[in-house]
Amino acid sequence: MATTPVLPKLVGERVKRREDPRLIQGRGTYVDDVKVAGMRHLAFKRSDIAHGRITSIDTSAAEAMEGVEAVFTGAQIAALLAPMPIGTPFPSPEHRAVAVDVVRYAGEAVAVVAASDRYVARDAADAIVVNYEPLPVVVDTELAMTGKPVVIHEAFPNNLAVPLVPSGTGVTPDGKVDDSAVDRAFAQAEVVISQRMFNQRLVPNAMEPRGVVAHYEPGKNTMTIWSSTQNPHILRTMIAAMTGMGQDQVRAIAPEVGGGFGAKINIYPEEYVAAVVSKQLGLPVKWIEDRSEAFVATTHGRDIIAYVDIAANRDGRVLGLKMRLIADIGAYNMLLTAAIPTLTMLMANATYDIPAIRTTLTEVFTNKTPTDAYRGAGRPEATYFVERAMSMLAAELKMDPAELRRKNFIGRDKFPYQTQMGAVYDSGDYEKALDLALEKSGWKSLIAERDAARAEGRLVGLGLAMYVEVCGLGPSSSLPTGGWEHAQVTIERDGRISATTGASPHGQGNETTFAQMLADQFSIPFDHVTIVHGDTAVVKQGIGTFGSRSQAVGGTAIHLAGGKVKTKMAKFAAALLEAHEEDIVFADGRLSVKGVPAMGKTFAEVAAYAYVPVPLPPGLEPGLSDEAFFEPANNTYPFGCHISMLEIDKDTGEPRLLKFVAVDDAGNLVNPLIVEGQIHGGLAQGIGQAMIEEAVYNEDGQLLTGSFMDYAMPRAIDFPRFELHATVTPTPVNPLGAKGVGEAGTLGSTPSIVSAAVDALSGFGVKHLDMALRPEKLWRIIQGGQA
Amino acid sequence: MIPTSFDYRRASSIEDALNLLASTRGKILAGGHSLVPLMKVRLSEPSVLIDIARIPGLSGIRETGGAIEIGACTTHHAVATAPLINDRCPMLAEAAGSIGDPQVRNRGTLGGSLAHGDPSADYPAAMLALDATIQLQGPNGARAVPATDFFQGVFTVDLAPDELIVGVRFTPVRTAAYARLRQRASHFAIVGVAASLDVAGTAIRSARIGITGAGPSATRLTTVESALTGKPATAATVAEAAALATLDDVNSDLHGSEEYRRAMIPVFTRRALEGALARV
Repeated sequence: MATTPVLPKLVGERVKRREDPRLIQGRGTYVDDVKVAGMRHLAFKRSDIAHGRITSIDTSAAEAMEGVEAVFTGAQIAALLAPMPIGTPFPSPEHRAVAVDVVRYAGEAVAVVAASDRYVARDAADAIVVNYEPLPVVVDTELAMTGKPVVIHEAFPNNLAVPLVPSGTGVTPDGKVDDSAVDRAFAQAEVVISQRMFNQRLVPNAMEPRGVVAHYEPGKNTMTIWSSTQNPHILRTMIAAMTGMGQDQVRAIAPEVGGGFGAKINIYPEEYVAAVVSKQLGLPVKWIEDRSEAFVATTHGRDIIAYVDIAANRDGRVLGLKMRLIADIGAYNMLLTAAIPTLTMLMANATYDIPAIRTTLTEVFTNKTPTDAYRGAGRPEATYFVERAMSMLAAELKMDPAELRRKNFIGRDKFPYQTQMGAVYDSGDYEKALDLALEKSGWKSLIAERDAARAEGRLVGLGLAMYVEVCGLGPSSSLPTGGWEHAQVTIERDGRISATTGASPHGQGNETTFAQMLADQFSIPFDHVTIVHGDTAVVKQGIGTFGSRSQAVGGTAIHLAGGKVKTKMAKFAAALLEAHEEDIVFADGRLSVKGVPAMGKTFAEVAAYAYVPVPLPPGLEPGLSDEAFFEPANNTYPFGCHISMLEIDKDTGEPRLLKFVAVDDAGNLVNPLIVEGQIHGGLAQGIGQAMIEEAVYNEDGQLLTGSFMDYAMPRAIDFPRFELHATVTPTPVNPLGAKGVGEAGTLGSTPSIVSAAVDALSGFGVKHLDMALRPEKLWRIIQGGQA
Repeated sequence: MIPTSFDYRRASSIEDALNLLASTRGKILAGGHSLVPLMKVRLSEPSVLIDIARIPGLSGIRETGGAIEIGACTTHHAVATAPLINDRCPMLAEAAGSIGDPQVRNRGTLGGSLAHGDPSADYPAAMLALDATIQLQGPNGARAVPATDFFQGVFTVDLAPDELIVGVRFTPVRTAAYARLRQRASHFAIVGVAASLDVAGTAIRSARIGITGAGPSATRLTTVESALTGKPATAATVAEAAALATLDDVNSDLHGSEEYRRAMIPVFTRRALEGALARV
C-alpha cells in the first residue's frame, strides 16, 4: 500500500517568497548599510551642461574644507585608471570615468571628493568651480546622424557609433547582402504598410539607487567591493582588470539589491573610481547615488527609432518585413550598450513565419546619458515595432487582429525553428496562447462591448499583441563573460543543505525557488535549505542575473549540482544500509531501500556518516559537496499574448486602462506565485512605458524629466486588476523545461496598449501613435488638430 | 539627496514658534512635504528649521458655531477621512484625498500646503470656493486673511516671514465638489476646480469657484460665478456657465501647454459644478 508522503512536493507550488519578511520589515542589508571602520565618503562633481570643453577646475576651496580627505579631478583619476572598458566588439571612443577635457552629457562626472561624511563630501563637491567653453549640443537622433550641429567624438563621423549593420534574409555571416528575396516580397505584395515608430527613452528608476563601498587593504593587498549590482562576478573580473589586481585578490559582494532592471549589469565609472581611490588613499570609501544623480548617471533604456515596412497579401499573409533601426545610445558606449539594439534585430521575426526580412541597425551618439540594458533590452522594442505593424496591417485589411496573427504564426509543428534573423526558437505553441487569451478575455464579447460603448459616443479600443523573447542567456558563444551558470550544493553534517548560485537575485526570488527545487530533489523540508548568492568569496563562480536567465540557467546548475551530490549520498547510504546504490530511495527526509521503507536512515544520519565515514566506503571521498557549471545549448524563447481594453476621455484625452489579460508561456514554472509577481512588475513597466513614462530632453541637453515630479512612474492606481493566465510549453534546452519570465511583461504590453489607443481613436483616422500616450497628444487628435 | 547644514528647533507652543521665528529667521517645518524636497535638492537652504508639528492644538478639526476650523498641522489624510468633513463638506475631503499619494497625505499638512503657495496645489482652490479665512499669528497678534486675498502669485501668499498659519475657518457647504486633471508624475493638479453652490429651491442663489494649477496662483472664476447667480440649478445652466471659464494668465509646461490647459479650464469647471449639483 502506498504511503502518503509527509513532505509536500514544492516545485510548481505557490510558495511565498522567503526573502520578503526581511525586506518589507527593513531588515535587509543594502550597500548603504555597510560600514567599515575609517570609511570615507565620495561625492562626484557633475557637469551641469551637456557638451563643453573644460577650461579650468578649481578645487582649492573644496580641499580647504574641514573633513575633506582628497579631491581628484579627471586628469588625476586618469593617472590611476585606464579608460572605461566595454563588453561589445564594436569600436568605441575613449571614455574616461571622470571627464578630463570634454564633457558630453549633463551629469557626467568631472571631479570626485573623498571626505569624512556624506554631507561634507557634497558641500565640497559644490565648492569645486568648473569653467567650460560650451560646445554645440545635439539631442535629436536623426539630426545627429547628419553630423550637425556637432560631432561628439572626432573619430566617429556623423556621430555614427555603428554605421549600418544589416541582418536577416540574404545576409551572409561575413556581411554580404542579397536583397533579392526581400525586394521580391515587396514587389509581389498587394499591401505595403510603412510607419516610422519610436520606442522612447526611459529611466530605469530602481527603488534602490546605485551604491558602492570599496575597501582596499594595503596589508593584504586585497580589495573588497560591495556594490548594488546584478552580477558580482563580472564586477570582480572588471575591478581586477582595471586595478591591476588578480581576481583572487578581489572580492565582490552584491548585498540586498533593490532592483536592477538591467541598469545594474553595467560596471559604472563610480565603481572603478571608488576602487582606485580606496587603493590610492589606503582607506575604505563609500559612494551612494542620490535620486537626482540616478536620473542622469545611471544608464537609460530604449530610445530606438524604427522605419517599419510590412508587405502582405490582401488575405493577410505577410510576405516581407523591413525594419531600419536607429538607436540613440547617448554620449558613450557602456558595457553592453552597443549590443542591446542588436537584440531588436534578432527578434524581428517575432512569432511569425515571415519569408523575407531585412533589418538594418545604426547606432548614434548624442549628448545624453548613455543607454544600456533595461528590462527586455532590445526585445520589447522588436515586439513593439512588429506587433504595431501587424495591428496596422489588420486595420488596413479590416481583419480581426487575432486572425491576422493566427494566419502568420510559426506552426506548433515547426520547432525548433530557424528564423530569418539567425535565432533558433526552442519550442512554442503560439496559437494555443492566442486561443487561451481570446477565451479568457472574452474577445468576442469585448468587441461587442467596445462597439456598444462607441455607439454611445465613448472612445473605447482593444489591443492585442503576441510576443516571443530570447531568454535564458547564454550560451557562451553569445556572451563575452561566458553564458553558463554555476552552483555548488553542500549537504552539511547536520543534514541541512547550503547551496550557492552564481545567479545574483535582486527581486527574482531565487532563494525561494532554488530551495523549493532542492527540497524536492532530496525530499527534505524547505526550511532545511539555504541559498547563498552575491559574494564572490563564497560563491566560487558565476555570471549573474539578467536576460531572464536565473531560473533557466542558474536553476539548472543547482539541479545538476544537486544531482551529483545526491548520487554520492546514495553511495554512502548504500554502504550504511548494505544495499545497492540504485535501490536507495530519498523520501520524506529519509534514505531507505526501495520496497523496504523500514530499512533506512534519516537524511541527517547519512550526512553525518559521510563526514565521519568509518568505515570509508571504497572509492569514495568523505563529504557531500559538489558543483556544476551549466552551459545551455541554446537560448529559451518564452512567448505569450497580451490583450488590453482602454478608454480615452473625450474631453481631456486621458487614457484609462479598463482591462488587461495576459497569457504567458514561460515553460515549466517552479513557483507560479513568483512568476505572477515577475509578470506584474513587467506589466507595470511595459504599461508605464506605453502610457506615461518618457525621458524628455530639451535642446540644450537638459533632462526635463529629471525627478519624480516630472518623470511619471506608474502606480497601482494606474492599473486595473491584471488577469493572468499561462500555457506551458517546456523548453528542451534545459532539464527543468523552464524558460524564464523576468522581462516578459514588458514585451506584449506596450504594443497591446498602443494598439488599443489607436483603435479607440480610429474614428479620427489615426493609424499609429507614438508612446507615451500623453493626454494632451490624444486630446489634440480628438480636437481634430491632427489626424 | 543631501541638504546643506541646518539647525533644528522644536517649538513647544505657538508663542515659542513665533519667538523662534523672530530670533532665528528660520523656516517653519510641519509635515515637511513641500520644504524637505526642496532642501534635498538644495533649492532651499534654510539655516534653521522650526518644527511646529508637536504644538498642542495646532492639529485637529472642530466645529464651532456653524463653522469648521481645521488646525494648520492637520494632515491631508485626517481631512480626507474626517466624518465631519465628509458629512458637511465632502468637496474638501475630495480635494484633500486627491493630494499626492498615501505617504504624502499621512505627512503633509493643510497649513504647510497653504504657506507654500504652490500654484498646482489642491487646497487653495477649495479654500477659495469655501470662502475660508486663513488664520495667522504674528508678533503683533492674530490676523485672519480671506482666501481670496491670501493667494497672491507663484509661491507667494500673504504671510509675513515672522507669521505662522495656525488654521483655517470656513462655513461648510455640502453642495460643492472638486474636479481635477492630475499631472501624471507628481499627481499635482494641471487644472483643479472647486465649485460651491448655494441653491435655494430650484435656483442657484450664489456660486463660488476656485481654480488651481492652470494659472500662476489659485484664483476665483468670478465670471462663471456671476453667470450662475439666480439661474435654475440645472445641468444646462452649469454647462453654459462653465463654458465661460477662463483665466488671463495660463501656465504652460511639459505636462500641458497653455492651449491644453485653457481647454481644460471649462471642462473641469463643468465637472466640478456637476458634482456640486449632484449634491443638491
